Amino acid sequence: MDNIVGKKPALTRAVNISMAVLVALWLFPTLGLLVSSFRTADQIASSGWWSSLGTQERQVPAIRVEGAEVARDGRFVIEGRLFATTDARVSAWGTSSREPEAYAPGQVVDLDGGATLTVVEDGAYVLSSPSPTAGTRLPRIFSTAATPPEFTTENYRAILFDPKNTDGMAKAFFNTLTVTIPATIIPILVAAFAAYALAWMDFPGRALLIAAIVGLLVVPLQLALIPLLKLHNDIGIGKGYLGTWLAHTGFGLPLAIYLLRNYMVGLPRDIIECAKVDGASDFQIFTKIILPLSFPALASFAIFQFLWTWNDLLVALVFLIDSTGETTVMTKQIVELLGTRGGNWEVLATAAFISIAVPLMVFFAMQKYLVRGLLAGSVK
Amino acid sequence: MNPALQGLITIIIGVGGCVGYFYGSNLFLDKVLYPARGPHIGRNITRANMIRPWLFLAPALLALTVYLAYPVIETLRLSLTQRLPGGGYEFVGLQNYNKMFAEPKFWEALQNNLLWLIVVPALSTMFGLLAAQLSDRIRWGNLAKSLIFMPMAISFVGAAVIWKLVYDTRPIDQEQIGVLNALYLFFGGSAPQTWLTIPFWNSFFLMIVLIWIQTGFAMVILSAALRGVPEDTIEAAIVDGANPFQIFFKIKVPQIMGTIVVVWTTITIVVLKVFDIVFAMTNGQWETQVLANYMYDKLFRANDWGIGSASAMIIMLLVTPILIWNVYNARKEMR
Repeated sequence: MDNIVGKKPALTRAVNISMAVLVALWLFPTLGLLVSSFRTADQIASSGWWSSLGTQERQVPAIRVEGAEVARDGRFVIEGRLFATTDARVSAWGTSSREPEAYAPGQVVDLDGGATLTVVEDGAYVLSSPSPTAGTRLPRIFSTAATPPEFTTENYRAILFDPKNTDGMAKAFFNTLTVTIPATIIPILVAAFAAYALAWMDFPGRALLIAAIVGLLVVPLQLALIPLLKLHNDIGIGKGYLGTWLAHTGFGLPLAIYLLRNYMVGLPRDIIECAKVDGASDFQIFTKIILPLSFPALASFAIFQFLWTWNDLLVALVFLIDSTGETTVMTKQIVELLGTRGGNWEVLATAAFISIAVPLMVFFAMQKYLVRGLLAGSVK
Repeated sequence: MNPALQGLITIIIGVGGCVGYFYGSNLFLDKVLYPARGPHIGRNITRANMIRPWLFLAPALLALTVYLAYPVIETLRLSLTQRLPGGGYEFVGLQNYNKMFAEPKFWEALQNNLLWLIVVPALSTMFGLLAAQLSDRIRWGNLAKSLIFMPMAISFVGAAVIWKLVYDTRPIDQEQIGVLNALYLFFGGSAPQTWLTIPFWNSFFLMIVLIWIQTGFAMVILSAALRGVPEDTIEAAIVDGANPFQIFFKIKVPQIMGTIVVVWTTITIVVLKVFDIVFAMTNGQWETQVLANYMYDKLFRANDWGIGSASAMIIMLLVTPILIWNVYNARKEMR
């Protein structure tokens, strides 16, 4: 019944506007992090990320005059630029922090000792001195300038590819990957067999088992922490990847079985019965018919489990990360950075975005399956 | 050994082991134990078919028992005991619970948790319903849905960083880089606020993060439910002269009430387990403690397994009604 809205332009406009506001509200925080991760520490600290998208006028931190000295007309001249870009527009400048906006661009200012300094609008400056400046302190230039948007990928280079950086994410990235992939694949296989048994085989206690799995679906994994840590220590696994994989498998199974069973039950009975009549065994039916047909459900669960293990913090804290910190994962690394580098947004934003980027890609590529899985998993 | 290599080997062993187990055990059942030939062929087939389901189920059941069912029992036992110095446990009855109830921090956590339980599911469902209804009515609805759904893919920790930037505070003489403070000053606030340290209200700033994440979930499910509302009921309402608001609140919402309840309870479960957001943003300081983080504190910082397990049991207790409700519904449906 789209015609209700369609017939009233005013209502259509109101719906469009409210939706746009809602979407903007939801997108804005993430956008902030993304934009910040491409700005330098100075830029982030001196202005809000939203102002970086357009040309902005701001006070530039003091820049000391530097450059090669050239003798010209009996004077010693240093020429240089305040900004890398020529698109900057200086509106005022000064030579002391007390009066950072004392002079207009193009004005020639006399300094001590007969030297003159001038800054023109595009940020070029000329220092002209009657005597060589070697060994003396050169003046600092304070300026207020409108600079066009300026972004850098330096943060990413420092965090991903600089092996000396202790805040680096490269190791944590690979650790997370190491946790995630086996922890996604193994439960699928185990669950698929169990789901088939629960969907298409008849045996006493089946209804009870299904009910038990629905119940286990909501058991908080908080309860499992201490008993399992004890168990892992007793059987010699201790803290490490193996224990983490096992834990993720155990915690992911109820949802996996539940999703897959619901899907498999809906497969057409005829196909399975025909195959049985033709003499196929249960094992053959499962691998040749059920598994290929269940691909959408398998994909749904794979995405869930991938997102959950990639984004997990608690399981990694308890079962994986030991005191050496060699096996740290990205979420843990970020929490650590929040503690030690709380104000350094260029580090935090970049690190966080690296960890967010992979799930976001998976999300946008496979959204269809995620939605299907959600619908199968909850609408009852 | 290189962890990546170890991971690869685990995948091969894990996958190969699973396939090998299922294939091998089936083969053993059919060819060796109860072969479908010889004098007892009929009996053998029946027996093999009685055992086969359990072969299929065995690995899953083992994992479920060890990793979910056993811990519930064990946590209950630990919550009633106390670790003795030098190993061993001593049964202490309800002492751990009594000690926990005497701690103000526990009551603070419980109180906050109850607040979360009311606010987060309510607002997530509300925004989800709003987004579902609006996006079904516009041309770029699918894009809008994608963007609102997107936070679902972001980790709680990532979300914590995202929102910490929103809540960031700079001294008053500097430019604010957090949106919230910038807006606050723009609309006449006198001084920048450190939002996460204002008791009581800071819990709400943490809740916003979870609402932001969960709204997409609510929207996706409710949007599917809204599409399932029979057209003739809506047509009838239009013929009777109902306005869009009446159609939404009096025709559509009552028909999807069942789904709203499902969404509400699912988000409730998420709220009860919420740990990462509080852990990363305030770590329970400034009166923002919640049960899951309180439990983590007790278990791994204070190393007190008794009280830690007792608080885990409180979480379990709060989940139980939903657990029973879910099982009840699932069974009703199977019949």
